[in-house]
Amino acid sequence: MKGCRVTVERVTKSFGSFRALREVSFSIQKGEFFSLLGPSGCGKTTLLRLIAGFDDPTAGDIRLDDASVVALPSNERHVNTVFQSYALFPHLSVYENVAFPLRLKKIPEGAIRVKVGEYLAMVRLEEHRDKFPARLSGGQKQRVAIARALINEPEVLLLDEPLAALDAKLRQHMLIELDTIHDTVGITFIYVTHDQQEAISVSDRVAVMNEGAVLQIGTPREIYESPADLFVARFIGETNIIEGRVTSTAGSRAAVDVPGIGTVTVESAKPLRPGNVVSLTVRPEKLVVSREKADLTGDDMICVQGIVEEIIYTGFLSKYFIKVGETTLRVFRQHANHQAAGGRAITWRDPVYLGWHAGDAYVVEVRGS
Amino acid sequence: MRKNVGALYAFPIGLWITLFFVVPISVIVLYSFMAKGLYGGVVFRFSLDAYRELFNAALLHTALTTFLLAAVSTLLTLVLALPAAYYIARSRFRNTLLLLIIIPFWTNFLIRIYAWIAILGNNGFLNALLLRSGITHGYAHFLYNRYAVVIVLMYTYLPYAILPLYSAIEKFDFSLLEAARDLGATRTQAVFRVLLPNIKAGITTAVLFTFIPAFGQYAVPQLVGGRDSFMLGTVIARELTVSRNWPLASAIAAALTVMTTLSVLAFMRLNRSAGELIRESVP
Repeated sequence: MKGCRVTVERVTKSFGSFRALREVSFSIQKGEFFSLLGPSGCGKTTLLRLIAGFDDPTAGDIRLDDASVVALPSNERHVNTVFQSYALFPHLSVYENVAFPLRLKKIPEGAIRVKVGEYLAMVRLEEHRDKFPARLSGGQKQRVAIARALINEPEVLLLDEPLAALDAKLRQHMLIELDTIHDTVGITFIYVTHDQQEAISVSDRVAVMNEGAVLQIGTPREIYESPADLFVARFIGETNIIEGRVTSTAGSRAAVDVPGIGTVTVESAKPLRPGNVVSLTVRPEKLVVSREKADLTGDDMICVQGIVEEIIYTGFLSKYFIKVGETTLRVFRQHANHQAAGGRAITWRDPVYLGWHAGDAYVVEVRGS
Repeated sequence: MRKNVGALYAFPIGLWITLFFVVPISVIVLYSFMAKGLYGGVVFRFSLDAYRELFNAALLHTALTTFLLAAVSTLLTLVLALPAAYYIARSRFRNTLLLLIIIPFWTNFLIRIYAWIAILGNNGFLNALLLRSGITHGYAHFLYNRYAVVIVLMYTYLPYAILPLYSAIEKFDFSLLEAARDLGATRTQAVFRVLLPNIKAGITTAVLFTFIPAFGQYAVPQLVGGRDSFMLGTVIARELTVSRNWPLASAIAAALTVMTTLSVLAFMRLNRSAGELIRESVP
């Protein structure tokens, strides 16, 4: 594994009275594909700029392996950046853009030709080598930026919303390409994005940020399945948040009384006591909807009744919004060839049964006693 | 078929330029091939006397001085204007600063030159300051030499250099400088390899706007220059008004126009490969 460890320790960054980062700490492993995920203004780009050396932290330390880099200017850090705007040099051809870092190092012309050729081949741009940036498509510019950032053989590659300017199809394609490049070069990638879909599909680990703080660091599965708080639960994917009061406990099990829905059973790793107010999250794809109650029986199955309020057809699945008591729960249902149970498809205003397994409701937050 | 009406829109300015540029220039060129009248004016007889007189050592020396003074002023103006334009383009108060650059234009050009005389003269502000503080004893002669000419030329053309540079830098994407630093460039390398090549158009304009008028200057060398700083403009005025040798004055004027044109063409030629030049000549 190449690349190096990146340690961010109690880093704070203030712009005047605005605190963009508040004592952020985490550590990234050698060769890891690590994402900083959060809404705009959460401080993720600020953090990236501190690691790149474009800004200085107000307090705290940033280390590559064990050496602090806070005092080093950006040209002396073994870190390179792929900018959101690509920042290609408009006065230089594709070839010269990629050769730029090598020319600064006064590498002989022959060696430059070989190496630039190699990196242009990696991003499949050989036939565009003599074009100027203005003549390239968004995806091509993106690939020039990546080749240019990698040719210095940095220990860490920083990517600032690299796919934000691309259309959805191309974004998917570039994401796979980035993953392949990461496997090829094997260095540490730090990927900044506001798109949770992007972050969870390529990252080894994700740090979810909001308002200048890191809320949770974990594998994509961890942050999706067991979010640290309500913000993370809501930010990653879609979900149903249910609030209720614990009435009784038995081991890791608890009975929770939810107003308007009734009593539901949950399994929780967090210690619960009767009287606790809890927030549960149940992912929409884990809910089952049926017109027949018989379809939803089974051990630990929680079953509630509701009325279909809205159905959104999205192609590969339909989203059902079902009113249960005072709350609306959403259910995602993938289409099968013969999905209509009992001969008729579920439609608007239908009374239906909703069910989920006790283990699929995750207790996000516990308050009170 | 639709007619191209563009030519029609350009007609007024075409007329204007024909009347006030092409016609006078033609008259000057015509006069330069005429014989000299006894008390000024020309005698309508073809003669190459004026051009014969043109090639004398004193006049060639003046031509060289003119070129050097204009070139040095242009270079120094550019050196001063670049950082100023950069600062203005990055400042929050850019509108105020631009206004401050333009304010001197509200005053008559000659008055501004006399202001310089008031500053640099023997009884001027600078000498008073130096004497009062005991740095010098007796007057320092700032005026009536080529240094005074260069200083005042720079002062005169600084706004003309700053404005095009500002508009070029203002359009420059500053994240390119961060990208350059990120890729290993020092601050100086980033400026020479990324900033300057990308504002080349602004630099070209600034150089032309400074060099061309400085080359033809008449008032500045006349008022603050001395014997070491005769410029072609001064000589033309002298031949026209004092010696009353109109054909010679016309011939010098024609030569000046040709020299300016050649300098500009040479510069543009050089500029085409400026990107290359800058890249080679810098660390």
